[in-house]
Amino acid sequence: MADQLKSNPVKPSEITPKHVYLSRRDFIKAAGVLAGSMALTSCLPQTVEPPSASTADPAIAKKTDELGDPVNSFDDITHYNNYYEFTTAKEGVAGLAAKFKTSPWQVEVSGLVSQPRTFSVEELIKRYPPEERIYRLRCVEAWSMVIPWVGFPLAKLLQEVEPTSAAKYVRFETLFNPEEMPAQKEKWYPWPYQEGLRLDEARHDLTLLATGLYGGELPAQSGGGLRLVVPWKYGFKSIKAIVKIELTATQPATLWSTIQPGEYGFYANVNPQVDHPRWSQASERRIGELARRETLPFNGYAEQVAELYEGMDLRKNY
Amino acid sequence: MSRPRITPLQFIVHLAGGVPAAQMLFALLADRLTANPIQRLEQLTGLTALTFLLLSLACTPAAALSGWQELTRRRKALGNYGFLYAALHVSIFIALDYGLNLNALLRDVGSKRYILLGAAAFLLLIPLASTSFNYWMKRLGKNWKRLHRLVYLISPLVVLHFFLAVKGNPLNLSGNISQPILYAAITSLLLLLRLPPLKKALIQLRTRWLPPVKPA
Repeated sequence: MADQLKSNPVKPSEITPKHVYLSRRDFIKAAGVLAGSMALTSCLPQTVEPPSASTADPAIAKKTDELGDPVNSFDDITHYNNYYEFTTAKEGVAGLAAKFKTSPWQVEVSGLVSQPRTFSVEELIKRYPPEERIYRLRCVEAWSMVIPWVGFPLAKLLQEVEPTSAAKYVRFETLFNPEEMPAQKEKWYPWPYQEGLRLDEARHDLTLLATGLYGGELPAQSGGGLRLVVPWKYGFKSIKAIVKIELTATQPATLWSTIQPGEYGFYANVNPQVDHPRWSQASERRIGELARRETLPFNGYAEQVAELYEGMDLRKNY
Repeated sequence: MSRPRITPLQFIVHLAGGVPAAQMLFALLADRLTANPIQRLEQLTGLTALTFLLLSLACTPAAALSGWQELTRRRKALGNYGFLYAALHVSIFIALDYGLNLNALLRDVGSKRYILLGAAAFLLLIPLASTSFNYWMKRLGKNWKRLHRLVYLISPLVVLHFFLAVKGNPLNLSGNISQPILYAAITSLLLLLRLPPLKKALIQLRTRWLPPVKPA
């Protein structure tokens, strides 16, 4: 007995000091509370399983934009969506769009062009090899993400259909199908969604028609089968699920400027100096970050696009 | 000293007061507050605060209609929960959303009507919440009731704050405004029921159509 004690001495240093074991108890208590709360959360309404997370390439998650900021996670990008054709609840879009058919997808290019025709997305992908473009997306609601899109410049498609000299603008239209897009049954919005660009904006190399995301296909909630991405403008300009592209001579109407012309203009360039009439655009929250960031003019693409607006009063042309 | 008895209604009121906070806490721990949890918490606490404010406003007409007088004695607790969630809402806005960055806060608060309206509503709620103790009720006497009529001003201010914070246009009934419209309708109804002729009609409705209530 005495030998046992001797052979197995407890050094003073091995005795757990009181404050350590007390804090350990606190920790266990906290863990118990946490476990209990986990059990309770399982009673809350379940969110829908993330669709096809397998299409997301994990190597892409480590990439950054040209300013050095990391791309957002595939899960955040595909589960925080403003897509009012499905629901106004951003976290609810993924579930409601799970059954939405993005393939096959067709887009009709018409209006003031010499070669009007309808393209399938498969054909577009074959014609114009998809490129990865890592863009910042700045929502008019003052949050932002960095998103690794896959797509091709809209300019290539426009070249193909040969706009006539009368063409000055491009109008885009989203699919109208209330059976698949349930919120299109609601009367709060003048459906279908429509957007527009000036022809020179549309031809700018940054303007992308996206067919994919995170190295994979474009999920329905992110705008599949085909969406526009105009990174220097507020997110609502980047219209989703496009079925019609029309070249026009006059400035096309857009959904948000139809609802509230005083608040949503045709241009909608990201501009920290020009506030939304009701809230500030000076700063934004990057999804995944705690602190706000200052918003950059033209969302950080001023060097590439500011010349498009030379001589224009951006306060009037908001 | 005899223990004060807790009535079933009291129990329900306090349970209801705690449930939203618990839900928010659990959702936070389980990462279920969307990719933008700060904004989601702001929306949830704001909506909960307004809901409790309206519940407290509903007590008097509900008591008049049902004859269940205990309802009027739960007004105060419901209003206090409204204040607590409003305080949480404001704290999250200042400490988390703006990270205590006073420059950015002042820049945005001063120029934005929706924040100004919200701030005004919250400031007006403070004297109501701080005089909700029995001591102040006795001390202020008649004036207590007068002071607490401020809620008739506060609730429309909050509804307006709500309208201005969403994307949409109430003038042509478009945009994401169905929820603010619902809250505006309920608020209007509850305020209208304060008008003497409607109040009288409510009591008559009970005495004519509903069985008499036994005095408590």
